[in-house]
Amino acid sequence: MRILVTGLGTFWGSRLAQQLERRDDVEVIVGLDTTEPRLPLERTEFVKADSSYSILARIVRATQVDTVLHTHLLVDSTQATGRAIHDVNVIGTMNLLAAAGSAGSTVRKVIVKSSTLVYGSNFQDPLVFREDMTRTRRPRTAVERSLLEAAQFFRDFAQDNPHITVTKLRFSNVLGDDIDTVLSRALAMPVVPEILGFDPRLQFTHEDDVTGALLFATTNDVPGIFNVAGDGEIPWSEVCAVVGKRRVPLPPVLTGWAAELLRVTRVLDLPPEMLALLRYGRCVDNRRFKRAGYRYGYSTIGTVDAFARGMRLEHTIGDNHPSYRYERDVEAFFRHSPAVVHET
Amino acid sequence: MPVPRSTESWEELDPEPPDAELRRSDVDSWGRSERVRAVARRLYDPLYRYWFRAEWEGLENIPAEGGALLVSNHAAAIPSDAPVIMHGIEIECQRAVYGLAENLFRALPVIGTLWSRTGGVPAHPDNAYRLLHDDQQLVLVFPEGAKGTGKHYRDRYRLRRFGRGGFVEIAMRAGVPIVPIAVVGAEESMPIVFKSRRLAKLMGLPYFPVTANMLLMGPAGLVTYFPAKFKLRVLPPVRLDVEPDQERYSRSRVMEESEAIRDQIQIALYDMLRARRSVWFG
Repeated sequence: MRILVTGLGTFWGSRLAQQLERRDDVEVIVGLDTTEPRLPLERTEFVKADSSYSILARIVRATQVDTVLHTHLLVDSTQATGRAIHDVNVIGTMNLLAAAGSAGSTVRKVIVKSSTLVYGSNFQDPLVFREDMTRTRRPRTAVERSLLEAAQFFRDFAQDNPHITVTKLRFSNVLGDDIDTVLSRALAMPVVPEILGFDPRLQFTHEDDVTGALLFATTNDVPGIFNVAGDGEIPWSEVCAVVGKRRVPLPPVLTGWAAELLRVTRVLDLPPEMLALLRYGRCVDNRRFKRAGYRYGYSTIGTVDAFARGMRLEHTIGDNHPSYRYERDVEAFFRHSPAVVHET
Repeated sequence: MPVPRSTESWEELDPEPPDAELRRSDVDSWGRSERVRAVARRLYDPLYRYWFRAEWEGLENIPAEGGALLVSNHAAAIPSDAPVIMHGIEIECQRAVYGLAENLFRALPVIGTLWSRTGGVPAHPDNAYRLLHDDQQLVLVFPEGAKGTGKHYRDRYRLRRFGRGGFVEIAMRAGVPIVPIAVVGAEESMPIVFKSRRLAKLMGLPYFPVTANMLLMGPAGLVTYFPAKFKLRVLPPVRLDVEPDQERYSRSRVMEESEAIRDQIQIALYDMLRARRSVWFG
């Protein structure tokens, strides 16, 4: 397999490249991003691109990749402006698919890491979303709009290119030792916000299940859309209890203003889509992906448990992750210098 | 209304969960908590026993196991029939009942959460299908909806139309029987004597009722029921003789079944009213 990973500089991109490097059937890994990889990588070739991936067509042609792993859809709207999200999610996806579908392209498989944010959170929602259901209310936030637009591109792409396997994975909220999300930041606070009078049902996916699911889709042919979420569901109050934190209520009316106050005072950034989630929650049906053969490592409560354990360790000994900085010359030396002995 | 459809069978699924436990609290996947429900039962029991003095017949028609869709007539400005039916079946048959209701409930702080913990489920067709088909539960639905609760006192015990028969279609799809229930007493517990369409529109409500309770008791009448005697009759289950999980069902067949069930409840109501000597003592 010759694999192209987009978003190599993101948490998932680096994680995934690391895992792929261990596999013998993976000949080539090319990673693309605007920022440098976060983890030390042995043989992945890193290409620096602009955020909308305009050089992609050239890379695809030159490297003859057969699999594209699109891990670079932004889902955390606190980390980028609306415009940047649009650039990455919509324009980036468009360029990626244009390159993968161009004449002479060797791409036979496209896998995309999307989010259950596409379903939204609304009081009219079904309590459990299946892959064939659509949201009940038009998206109001830039991140949700951009994800839906990208989804449309993938649908069209799959239809226009029947010879290419297109797998779209929709992940629920992710927690883990290393990943940093809006909810993990909220849970790391001394007291955790909730919306007064609401106790939504949520689902969580462990970070290992995210890489696991992406690798599963890489090594198996599973075309279609799949929800990915740990088994079971958990009320927000119970998440806080497992993590051992007290809750402070935000007012149920003018919640947006209260959140804005938290944001400008730099306490916590809770974007509108997360406020909706803390009000109505969101659960998805994960059975289709199980039926395709994937075995989850963690259930929803297991994920929250693992997260709580990791947080307790970090609380005691501090951040225990060795920091890594990408140095272009050093990495180039390891990869290409004749002086380096490669064990095969 | 979108119609739920299971395109794949789920039975062949490996049920083995990765971790032994899937939940630690007793809040189930529908948001119902048996603990909260038990507290609610304790609080509600005096009202059920001594205020409404609910009396059942035909309880043996409630299936002891497996999913079933309970269908009943609906009345009173704040419907008093849903809690009586849910409470009654839970204490008499020891089976949980999930009540489908307007999903607007979910948008209310505190009330929405309590409603969900005590067995309320937003009336989305897919929720009903999952409860009946996947979880094999008892589900209570009022096909008249707000048309039943918002009707004037002079129209009491005259069933409104049963919508488009969506409830029949769900029972067909889920392959479960429909159990009709006729309720007498709810109409008199909080009768609407005057309705203002203009005020309702102004406040964005389905109806704006002035009830006899309000006129007699003032503000307390907003939430206080009259002690009307409740009588409930469970009719024999209606088994719909169709293949479950079909792409779609014949419209005319669905409407036919829906009308037949409506007629059955209407006839049972007239029968019960003929036997009733007093609104307060039955």
